[in-house]
Amino acid sequence: MTVFLLKRILIGLVTLALASMVVFAIMELLPGDPARLMLGMNATAESVSALRTQMGLDDPIHLRYLNWVGGMLVGDFGRSFTYSAPVIGLIAERAVVSLPLALIALVLSTIIAIPVGIFAAARRGRAGDTVSMGAAQIGVAVPNFWFALMLVYVFAVWLQLVPAGGFPGWGGGIWPGLRALILPAVALALPQAAILARVTRSAMLEVLGEDYIRTARAKGMPRRHVLWRHALRNAMIPVLTIMGLQFAFLLAGTIIIENVFYLPGLGRLVFQAITQRDLIVVEGVVMLLVASVIVINLLVDLCYALVDPRLRAAR
Amino acid sequence: MRILKSIVVATALTLAMGTAANAQRTDIVIGMVLEPPHLDPTAGAAAAIKEIGYQNIFEGLTRMNDSGEVLPALARSWEISEDGTVYTFELAEGVTFHDGTPFSAEDVKFSLDRARAEDSTNPQKGLFAAIENVEVIDDTTVEVTLSAPQGNFLFNMAWGEAAIVSEASAGTNQENPIGTGPFKFDNWARGSAVTLTRYEEYWGDDVYLDRAEFRFVPDAAAAIPALLSGDVHAMSNMPAGDALSQIENDPRFEVVIGSTEGETILSLNNAREPFDDLRVRQAIAHAINRDDVIAAASSGLGVPIGSHMAPHNPAYVDLTDTYPHDPERARELLAEAGHADGFSATLRLPPPPYARDGGQVIAAQLRQVGIELEIIPVEWAEWLSQVFTDKDFDMTIISHVEPVDIGIYARDDYYFQYSNEEFNAAYEELTVTADEDRRNEIFQDLQRILAEDAPVGFLYQMPKIGVWDARIEGMWENWPLAVSDLSQVRWTE
Repeated sequence: MTVFLLKRILIGLVTLALASMVVFAIMELLPGDPARLMLGMNATAESVSALRTQMGLDDPIHLRYLNWVGGMLVGDFGRSFTYSAPVIGLIAERAVVSLPLALIALVLSTIIAIPVGIFAAARRGRAGDTVSMGAAQIGVAVPNFWFALMLVYVFAVWLQLVPAGGFPGWGGGIWPGLRALILPAVALALPQAAILARVTRSAMLEVLGEDYIRTARAKGMPRRHVLWRHALRNAMIPVLTIMGLQFAFLLAGTIIIENVFYLPGLGRLVFQAITQRDLIVVEGVVMLLVASVIVINLLVDLCYALVDPRLRAAR
Repeated sequence: MRILKSIVVATALTLAMGTAANAQRTDIVIGMVLEPPHLDPTAGAAAAIKEIGYQNIFEGLTRMNDSGEVLPALARSWEISEDGTVYTFELAEGVTFHDGTPFSAEDVKFSLDRARAEDSTNPQKGLFAAIENVEVIDDTTVEVTLSAPQGNFLFNMAWGEAAIVSEASAGTNQENPIGTGPFKFDNWARGSAVTLTRYEEYWGDDVYLDRAEFRFVPDAAAAIPALLSGDVHAMSNMPAGDALSQIENDPRFEVVIGSTEGETILSLNNAREPFDDLRVRQAIAHAINRDDVIAAASSGLGVPIGSHMAPHNPAYVDLTDTYPHDPERARELLAEAGHADGFSATLRLPPPPYARDGGQVIAAQLRQVGIELEIIPVEWAEWLSQVFTDKDFDMTIISHVEPVDIGIYARDDYYFQYSNEEFNAAYEELTVTADEDRRNEIFQDLQRILAEDAPVGFLYQMPKIGVWDARIEGMWENWPLAVSDLSQVRWTE
């Protein structure tokens, strides 16, 4: 188990190093001069070159790469070109929005999807299955920004139960912050739940066809017991894999939802930073996302071992 | 359904009572599309910096009102020497910066010298090019000497980039802007909002608001629900879109269509074939139907222009008939120029919807006369480096938003690479003329030269679509400068 863990961590570190090179190279290749972008069309050439020097853009490329990586190793992600604030601070400010949002969405989608998936599997081919999988199909097909807008019109404009968007910060207490995250979380969670429900259903169906399920039923074990204790546990591996992927997606892929609800999260930070050629911010956020995907995958691997004792022994 | 309805009625009642209790409220939430990168108007070109801060946090020697008149600000009065090269400004007294530092003539000298210094990163450094020397006479008098008379010097000093800053805070204005204006910076929740509060020690007239929040709402789809739900009270300039009619028909809101300094043009690379041929440029001008472009790119709002001058400017001449929409004539001109079978070119479009939507219509119109355009969407940063800096393009659509910027056609190295001796000579005369009537005459000559020479396709003047709660007064109707000046803004009930 320890060897397995060490091996995974090593692979993770190599991935991070490779990712840093790829990210840095891509940002170098992007057309556009950050200094010109900041000063705009009327700026004189000398102002632009003065700013380039100030921003350190005139240093040779390998030096800038080493400075950047070296800084990150000691927790210094550099200073944003446009915001002229430390990148790590910008990320922290945004993470307190994106992280809770992704977590709430993940929890929501899990508590909706798994029962629905089990229910559909247990009723395979009957009305309940058809209806719930039909609903899931719609959930996968509907674009989430459209769904988000519909939620806004019903719950914010018409019923005025929650704000239409924006984020008041956690300074005013938990509730105002949570209130602002409810609609975005629902908008994010439902399409994810639809996918997860379908995966749960097919994983369950596969397990339900196994011999040991028939044996369990044959020895007189109650149906409910068989479903939740024997079948679900064995069906968890593909479900966990998808959940791991989804959390990474939720963390990084909230750009659209964060724009619809104008939430100051990581997705919008990256989006704005790319359009403003704030390279150092993009690089910092991407590295952080790469790191979190690696960590999540590691956790998912550990969870596999938790649900399946055979995997523990094998490694 | 009935339950829902009663909830709606109850909420409406609570809201109505809420507003009654909040009579004469003194706070406002203003929505805006783009977040500024920082808040120092002397260090960045982003319009959002000035939209929030200029004339609210920062003030200049002069200022503008919403019809573009230049008025006294920190300079209460001035005298101009006979030859037009020496300006003596009498400054306001009892002025303090928001950090408590007193304002004096030294700050004016510091600000102007900083903007024109060798290592200056001021995005409008050209505004200060004519300044030869700034001298402090006493605490409240400052003398600015120009190398040559400059007709629009007072106008230039009203731009956000000419804001007066204090030496003590100049280095930190990006994150913590300190000016002399009626509102001081309170908080910036990055990604969501900038909050200003009233500056109690303000030297000038009292303002009505105690607190103003500029909240970033990225697009029209988000702005409409934000307004409808009351989260946002006003938008100085709403992104145009089909959704506007939803607000226009709602009596709770006022929609005011004003004008801006944005001349939207179909830019041509005059140094490249075949755009170096006047007949080709005339053909393009004849091929364009401005009304259709406006309908597609700007929700039908915006005034057609025939040259590079805003219709609200006193010197404006309507030249839209110089080359009226006439595809037949366009084809003839192309044939004369040796392009009887037309030609093909690229059209690079930056991200704003006016460019992307307008570009589709332009491409269709030019196809009618035999010009095949390949549309290439580009990002803003790419546009700036490829089109604007490297001049590597055939055609592009862009709005030139700087106030009264007809002078760009006199810059031979400017990205559209237009060069015309007659125009340059007339512009030369303009820069050294101070007499208002003579200036207007020259401005009109300049417009005529451009209209006839058609160095670019002149499309329309960008509208300012102001939307606010009908109970709000004092918002700017036009944008001679893109600022959300809050000094006159108040709730009427």
